[in-house]
Amino acid sequence: MIQTHTLMIDGASCSSCVVKIEKSIQAVDGVESASMNFADRTVSVSGTAAIETVVQAVKTAGYNATVQAGNSDDEALDEKERSDTAYYHKLMRDMVIALGLGVPLMLYGLITGDMSVNTDVERLSWLSIGLVTLAVMIYSGKHFYTGAWHSFRNHSANMDTLIALGTGTAWLYSMAVVIAPSVFPELARHVYFEATAMIIGLINLGMALELRARGRTSEAIKRLIGLQPKTARVVRDSSEIDIEIQDVQLGDIIRVRPGEKIPVDGEVTEGTTSIDESMLTGEPMPVEKKIRDQVAAGTINKSGSFLFSANKVGKDTALAQIISMVKRAQNSKPPIGRLADVISSYFVPTIMIISVLSALVWLNFGPQPSIAYAIVTATTVLIIACPCALGLATPMSVMVGVGKAAESGVLIRNGESLQTASKITVMVLDKTGTITKGAPAVTDIIETGTYQEKEILRLAASLEAGSEHPLAQAIVESAQQRDIKQAKTSHFKAIAGQGVSAQLDGHTLLFGNEKLMNAQNISLGDNAAKAQALATEAKTPMYFAVDHVLQAIIAVADPIKEDSIAAIQRLQKQGIKVLMLTGDNRDTAKAIAQKVGVEEFFAEVLPDQKVEKIKELQSQGEIVGMCGDGINDAPALALANVGFAIGTGTDVAIESADIALMRGSLHGLADAIAISKATLDNIKQNLFGAFIYNVAGVPIAAGLLYPVLGVLLNPVIAGAAMAFSSLTVVTNANRLRLFKASSH
Amino acid sequence: MLLINIAGFAFIALIIWWFWLYTPKTEMNAKAGLVIKVQNGVYEPARFKIAADKATAIYFERIDPSPCAETVIFPDLQISESLTLNEKVRVELPALSAGTYPFHCQMQMYKGVLHVE
Repeated sequence: MIQTHTLMIDGASCSSCVVKIEKSIQAVDGVESASMNFADRTVSVSGTAAIETVVQAVKTAGYNATVQAGNSDDEALDEKERSDTAYYHKLMRDMVIALGLGVPLMLYGLITGDMSVNTDVERLSWLSIGLVTLAVMIYSGKHFYTGAWHSFRNHSANMDTLIALGTGTAWLYSMAVVIAPSVFPELARHVYFEATAMIIGLINLGMALELRARGRTSEAIKRLIGLQPKTARVVRDSSEIDIEIQDVQLGDIIRVRPGEKIPVDGEVTEGTTSIDESMLTGEPMPVEKKIRDQVAAGTINKSGSFLFSANKVGKDTALAQIISMVKRAQNSKPPIGRLADVISSYFVPTIMIISVLSALVWLNFGPQPSIAYAIVTATTVLIIACPCALGLATPMSVMVGVGKAAESGVLIRNGESLQTASKITVMVLDKTGTITKGAPAVTDIIETGTYQEKEILRLAASLEAGSEHPLAQAIVESAQQRDIKQAKTSHFKAIAGQGVSAQLDGHTLLFGNEKLMNAQNISLGDNAAKAQALATEAKTPMYFAVDHVLQAIIAVADPIKEDSIAAIQRLQKQGIKVLMLTGDNRDTAKAIAQKVGVEEFFAEVLPDQKVEKIKELQSQGEIVGMCGDGINDAPALALANVGFAIGTGTDVAIESADIALMRGSLHGLADAIAISKATLDNIKQNLFGAFIYNVAGVPIAAGLLYPVLGVLLNPVIAGAAMAFSSLTVVTNANRLRLFKASSH
Repeated sequence: MLLINIAGFAFIALIIWWFWLYTPKTEMNAKAGLVIKVQNGVYEPARFKIAADKATAIYFERIDPSPCAETVIFPDLQISESLTLNEKVRVELPALSAGTYPFHCQMQMYKGVLHVE
């Protein structure tokens, strides 16, 4: 994989050093490019070569080189907050200066009702005020004018263009009136310096408030980035030392004390503890960890002190991948935003054309002084139009919605997945590992002879210890959980299609199905009916006999997750039809489906048949969601309109699906759908508001109401409306932060 | 009035030509490590060429503190990068077939075009 590193060079003192260093690096196999910046003594190296080899090559050439640490998410976030704060203060300062001029001027106009130029004294006064206004325009509005000019030269137009044209037109007209009043009809000798200053002030205020509101939209990602500790306590040479997180190496043994965050991903090597993974998975209950269990960076050690071996560091940790995925998704756009994008791309020039047409209409058909009306309406049209509200409508909601989902342990790949998830009509659930726990366990031990349950389990586990069968493992695990020690058997024998047998302390042990019992002439009596009853409950019954006497029926089943029933009900309440697909036999599938309230199920389905079933549902016009473990169901997940990979903890294959559910509970699925719907509703509200604002605002600004009501929109009001329309969109998106996905 | 009307419609024609019909001819060939500056409402350069079927890395350097400038999106390439102020952020362009690929900020106020030949 091609990588780019920046090396900091010591000892380079002239331009010939640059050539020498670059050549030494370029000579390393795998280096594609090496470019040195002599001014800051850094060299950027791209290619597949190991960076250690490159550093060595520089050292061999006679210079010292160290790898510059990349800007971490944490540092980038700090930098963003610093720059946003500085920009906020600048905007507020600009606002105060502009309104400091605009408000007194506007009050003067309102009180005296006289903003016109009729005498030489008035000319001189307004000339002075005009020049002060120009100074304010330069100080507080420079960014609008430079932005507009650069855009213009680049054959593009943006919000700056509209503001610069609007305020510029008002100021130029006013100055023309001041300099040559006789050119204008008496009624048209009106100045609009107050409008220019007020518009610049209000738009700066709106931008400052929007900046603050935008900061809140990214709180979820800030929280995720904040989970990453800055140091790790590493065991080196029998002592423990605190080192920077970026210096942790694979294989380092790390100590984590109670209350501390786990610094990188790894495997527990000593001690036991419980860990709060809720910040990554949304799962509120702490998870018990023992030797060989995996721990994830950013989670919190609740109880014991333990050691673990680092097996993923830097950008490879689950936390880093989650942050990366959330950031990517937050910046992606769902298809619903495409229309707004198309409109945005034509918006500003269209508004400029409407402004010119409006002026022409007033000049041709308007009452006197028509030139004043033309200038006011043209300016107001330019000022009221807000391309930003349209542009922000979708991304702001996606930013908050995706972040909100991440807080619930739901990782959404992109905007398209988000939108499609909100429209799902059929949800197909895999059974094993999705509805059920995916781990067979002993559910029933029915005593049928003289042996007690504990002894039955001890003997059965001793017998099954030699078997690889999943059902046998369930029995062995059940014994281990109850601290029942197994004995060593002899003469172990597996009987194909029937079961197993062995000798223990002179007794013959038999474990298997009905065929085995019949073959060994062991009478089942009415126990066959009991076994059948267990089978209809989705359990697999087996018989255990000692010395050819039946001693127990042991049933093994893959238990349903505690909250699957409630989560499926939540999906159904959202109007989604829930189906179950499984490779298991029909009896088991039917029993599970009935228990969890799924009316339609398909049993004995092979993986490629799952794909066919998804295709069939899609051909019926359904929008199909498929939820599985992301490994066995990969083809079906890929084909479904939205594939949901469900996992337990941070081991979920987050790259394998459109939406990854970090916790094993199906509530994550219901949460994902609920958040998607809420986000799409929010986007629609924003888009509707932005469309209506512009569609209604622009004609009113052009004077559409004048023939009916005899009123024109004041450019200052238009400026205020424009400034706060973007803020409204961002504030509405922020409402999503209050959304509660879980009703469990 | 006739002259004013003619001037008005000429101005409209000019807007249409300047913003929609005119295609700037000067495009620069992107070398590896091209730095695109994000400032004053525009990308500089806003139009550049790269070779087809060859992955290329370019950099965006955001100088404008306005939040409008903080994200660059290549919608056709599913690329979306957050731009840290005053830093060169690397964007990896995959090997592309010949064509035109627009890029812009979230609100489409900043716009640029990538030509692949």
